[in-house]
Amino acid sequence: MAQLTVKNLCPGYDGVAVAQDINFELNRGDYLCIVGENGSGKSTLVKTLAGLTKPVSGQIICGDNFELNQIGYLPQQTLMQKDFPASVGEIVLSGCLAASGLKPFYSAAQKKLALSSMERLGIDHMKNRCYRDLSGGQQQRVLLARALCTEGKMLLLDEPATGLDPAATAEMYSIVKDLNEKEKITIIMVSHDIEAAVKYASHILHLGSQLQFFGTREEYVKSPIKMAFRHQEGLAKLVDEPLCSRAAAGRNRRYFK
Amino acid sequence: MIAEYLSYPFVRYAFIAGVLTALCSSLLGVTLVLKRYSFIGDGLSHVAFGAMAIAAVLSVKTELIVVLPVTVLCAILLLKTDANAKIKGDAALAMLSVGSMAFGYLLLNMFSASANVSGDVCSTLFGSTSILTLTKTDVWVCVIMSVLVICVFVCFYNKIFAVTFDENFAKATGVNASAYNLIIAVITAVIIVLAMNLVGALLTSALIIFPALSAMRVFHTFRQVVICSAAVAIISSALGIFISIMLSSPVGATIVVVDLLVFGGFSIAGRALNH
Repeated sequence: MAQLTVKNLCPGYDGVAVAQDINFELNRGDYLCIVGENGSGKSTLVKTLAGLTKPVSGQIICGDNFELNQIGYLPQQTLMQKDFPASVGEIVLSGCLAASGLKPFYSAAQKKLALSSMERLGIDHMKNRCYRDLSGGQQQRVLLARALCTEGKMLLLDEPATGLDPAATAEMYSIVKDLNEKEKITIIMVSHDIEAAVKYASHILHLGSQLQFFGTREEYVKSPIKMAFRHQEGLAKLVDEPLCSRAAAGRNRRYFK
Repeated sequence: MIAEYLSYPFVRYAFIAGVLTALCSSLLGVTLVLKRYSFIGDGLSHVAFGAMAIAAVLSVKTELIVVLPVTVLCAILLLKTDANAKIKGDAALAMLSVGSMAFGYLLLNMFSASANVSGDVCSTLFGSTSILTLTKTDVWVCVIMSVLVICVFVCFYNKIFAVTFDENFAKATGVNASAYNLIIAVITAVIIVLAMNLVGALLTSALIIFPALSAMRVFHTFRQVVICSAAVAIISSALGIFISIMLSSPVGATIVVVDLLVFGGFSIAGRALNH
């Protein structure tokens, strides 16, 4: 049985759907990239999968010994976190919290789990360093290590390359790919970077106001929706640009319809 | 000399109540400052002022019966981080704050039986010297509440950290974030009502934010900041009460000035350490 099946899902707020009838199915070890223009409902879909908002309609079905709250979630960074006084160790350990229920302190096993996920991402040597003193790429690794402390079966990444420079972005993608290939962790990633999506993902979900696509990477490359993206004049440049430049150019942001 | 002063029961009571209140405020202060709720102390103490006016007009003997529930209710309303709220964060806080202030003053002016309305108002706002006139019962109430607040804080320390640092992540992993936000709101309200006795409605914020801000200048992990902030609160409140007895200056204002000086010292130390 599939690890995650999404059937006719309409994510939205206050009963108003922002995207219609999303359908996809993921097995263990799949790597799904969710792409689409601004306002197509990518972020809302992620929030729905993370259990932060209730879907307007539709179903999310889990299987293969997987529960939705075992998802390792990497949210977008908030402004508040940038000057938060906390050590790397404290933050990663907080990923184990859900498992401790009402117990006031962390168990030795949980501390070991936190340490091992720091080791997996090569940040165990900065355990005692302050989060706000780290570079953007290092901060994302810390949050990824925290996400691994939940069951480590599936990771949900919400635009993990936001605000990273090209080198850090490439590193982030390769870490995620490694986790996917070596440890068979299922990946769901929202991205604006179609080139990277096509390069790393095994499946693509393309959300759009009129068109929607779900399938393997190979099918996607040949599909008309990707073609439409490529052949629009000047559009390729727009969608392939890394996110950081999109944020900088917010004033002149253009939408593809 | 300190021993001589401490032989008076009213001085001992003031020290116990003052230090415990400052300690509790500083613990919660770290979370509130980081959550960008520094002004909640101000807002809620104005609400408590309004509630106190109602209690005075109704001539309720133990004001706490009216003040505490009203303040807790407002704290829950304010801290319930509802993304869909019609009036958001700071605006809601400002509205509630000035609204209840005006309401309270109006009530006191129109219906108060007391001969010295402006004196009453002034002492509620600035704490006056009421800390030196605490009864044994007042001190016991303060001790029990403080112990309760400290226990809750210690037991939920890890949860409070997680909810403060990243509420969405906590929620996604199945942590009941709204319940912990509720706990934070309730103990914030309790602390503010306690602190009002000490420094008055206008200066309550100082007890909450200054120790946390001072600690953040120098320390870089959450645990260090919490511990340092508690230590700063204990030392500066004890020092403040002592100085105010020596110079017969207003207690609340003196504690706040000491806090301010400590903050200055920590800022300089922090800058020196980081270079």
